[in-house]
Amino acid sequence: MAMTTSTDTNLPRSSVGSATRHNLLGTGAVTKQSMAAFLGAVPPVDQVGIAERVASLATRSVKREAKAKTLRLAVSMIDLTTLEGMDTPGKVRQLAAKALRPDPSDPTIPLPAALCVYPAMVPTALAALEGSPVKVAAVSTYFPSGQAPLEVKLADVRAAVEMGADEIDMVIDRGAFLSGRYVEVFDQIVAVKEASGHCHLKVILETGELATFDNVRRASMLAMAAGADFIKTSTGKVQPAATREVTLVMFEAIRDFHDLTGAVIGMKPAGGIRTSKDAIRYLVLLSETLGPRWLTPDLFRFGASSLLNDLLMQIGWLRDGRYQSPNYYTND
Amino acid sequence: MTDSAMTDKADTPPGPVAAADDGGLFELEYVTSTEATDIVGIADRYELFIGGGFRKPASKEYFETINPATEEVLTSVAAGSSRDIDRAVGAARDGFETWSALPGSERAKYLFRIARLLQERGREFALLETLDGGKPIREARDFDVPTAAAHFFYYAGWADKLEYAFPGLDPKPLGVAGQIIPWNFPLLMLAWKIAPALATGNTIVLKPAETTPLTALLFAELAAEAGLPDGVLNVVTGDGATGAALVDHQGVDKVAFTGSTEVGKAIQSSLAGTGRHLTLELGGKAPHIVFDDAALDQAVEGVVNGIFFNQGHVCCAGSRLLIQESVSEVFVDKLKRRLSTLRVGDPLDKNTDVGAINSRAQLDRITELVEAGRSEGTEIFQPACALPDRGFWFTPTLFLDVAQSSRIAREEIFGPVLSISTFRTPAEAVEKANNTPYGLSAGVWTNKGSRILWMADRLKAGVVWANTFNKFDPASPFGGYQESGFGREGGRHGLLPYLQGTH
Repeated sequence: MAMTTSTDTNLPRSSVGSATRHNLLGTGAVTKQSMAAFLGAVPPVDQVGIAERVASLATRSVKREAKAKTLRLAVSMIDLTTLEGMDTPGKVRQLAAKALRPDPSDPTIPLPAALCVYPAMVPTALAALEGSPVKVAAVSTYFPSGQAPLEVKLADVRAAVEMGADEIDMVIDRGAFLSGRYVEVFDQIVAVKEASGHCHLKVILETGELATFDNVRRASMLAMAAGADFIKTSTGKVQPAATREVTLVMFEAIRDFHDLTGAVIGMKPAGGIRTSKDAIRYLVLLSETLGPRWLTPDLFRFGASSLLNDLLMQIGWLRDGRYQSPNYYTND
Repeated sequence: MTDSAMTDKADTPPGPVAAADDGGLFELEYVTSTEATDIVGIADRYELFIGGGFRKPASKEYFETINPATEEVLTSVAAGSSRDIDRAVGAARDGFETWSALPGSERAKYLFRIARLLQERGREFALLETLDGGKPIREARDFDVPTAAAHFFYYAGWADKLEYAFPGLDPKPLGVAGQIIPWNFPLLMLAWKIAPALATGNTIVLKPAETTPLTALLFAELAAEAGLPDGVLNVVTGDGATGAALVDHQGVDKVAFTGSTEVGKAIQSSLAGTGRHLTLELGGKAPHIVFDDAALDQAVEGVVNGIFFNQGHVCCAGSRLLIQESVSEVFVDKLKRRLSTLRVGDPLDKNTDVGAINSRAQLDRITELVEAGRSEGTEIFQPACALPDRGFWFTPTLFLDVAQSSRIAREEIFGPVLSISTFRTPAEAVEKANNTPYGLSAGVWTNKGSRILWMADRLKAGVVWANTFNKFDPASPFGGYQESGFGREGGRHGLLPYLQGTH
């Protein structure tokens, strides 16, 4: 198995600083020693401080025109998601239709960034979204647990790529991470990155299982060094999923990584984000921590599905001055 | 509908909809969300609160109080003279007869009532504090008012338990307390002074700061609303001369002062030998120490909060940053970036982080010291920051590589100015931290618990915060060493200065 970082310069954003990134851990194969040195330099995180900062930024006031603009941005950042054992082509087509017409009564609403599905549903999703700019993201690497031999995980990725997925959402091996086998986690991401080819790679840390912010920060740095285009909080299958606190920890890691390498890595909180108010608070955190450069669907996504209708409802309220019944918004 | 949606989409650039206009960067805008000022009524003129009612000053003179963010006159306030102080002390003496005779459980009821009323009228108090003092409404609303209410709740709880607070001591009040409070936290300092005095059975003559008298006057109204017996609380507004008259009045059994070290020294010498009690809470030049193993991003937040909270008008502000040299470059870079996101401006805007400087005089003092730093050749950093045309403002400022001998490292600036130096070893950090005539507070940032304890043992400061800063709780005593004063406010210790036989 290839254990080196892909050097494909045609990658969308990962090309930025990919060489430098590799050098962060030495120029040869990554060793236990170089990994220990790399992770040892990651600063610790103070949980109370994180909670305070999040609480203080929650009082920022985004209203009226600025709010309308921000809500529309949030719509364009959604990875509309269905990840159930009971997913069917019919269900995926329904969701694709929602992606193409988020609000049938308002054609000016931007489209969500992507549809996020299991690999088996990629062909259905592609067919339903054909000709539209909405991307298809496939969760893979034995999502959500990741507890399978590497070969199986890579086959999962290759299948999704061959079927035409635009983006791969992989899970890290939390078992390996928690038992201190960091090089193994790293090498697996490198291998998945290579198997993903031209696809955009989002690396799911499953922060709910990493448990501490120190772990989250180290895993973020490790994933970025291994070639992640995006780092993502959760599968949505484990509680807690995304929180603003853990998202801030990951933003800070992205900022440090940018300072170190110049690479611009994206972020995707996923699971548990349901209201417009919450979405705006995430964007405030993003804007205050990473700055306006990151306020684009190219670098920030919401992994969510019920959030969309709440955004539409708030946009409608700002437009018409009244709330419509939830029945005016489609449940797909 | 579908067709038009598809057409629209074809016209926009490919890729997931570019929400930013013209493909430029999306700027997340905060809306100037100004707190409505009409919820608080400001009278045209304020009298002195003596003996349970508002009375005209003997001098018949009034002075204006302004909004430092606009320089507009808010109202005029009675200038209390020594005759007014005499009346107020007399009223407090009368009030003492009834108040000290009440059982603690009865006094507690008044304190609880005051605490609840403060919560109920919290918005009014927050707004008035911001208008009169220039602090951001976010801080007045989320910190000053709730913490003040918490103080009354806390001491209400002690009022009927004094016998158990200090075993062996028969808890008896001192009598009339003369209390002089500063302009940086007008309502909170009022609460710190009044709550323990009332809980222990003392009565009060309070002199608020000249530039921020309004919340104390609103509080007087609230005390009357709470049914506090006449004369138990008296508020005499005025300037330094009014304060001096209060300190010098022979009928005052105890003086409690929070303010500058210079005035504190004068008060101490005037009380020396009189047998009257005194507590002083004075200035500071607090060290904020960051070790290389600290949670750096949170330490940046802590340092920012430590010096820019309330525009740096905080006696325990972390105004001297000591960074371990091995991380100083990274840390200072992070700090500079963070400073650039501070929002300085209209204190009434809920998004404002740093408000107006409290007065012209204070702005002049800050400007003078910053100029001294510049002329000493110290490197300075100030973020690009548009300040309003009117009012008193100062850009958040960092001084880098500051020498211990520099004026800006030794003198209290009491403004949004941070002096940064480096250290190599924990012992050197302690030595530099303690190398000051002050000793009010200190902060330590490290991931190592044993080092926190080691440092706390050695730092000469009344409060040592670890991995946080500017945290206040009514249950925790606060006070200084050396020229930062003596006596403690808050906690069980905060009862002592108001009881007999404890000195």
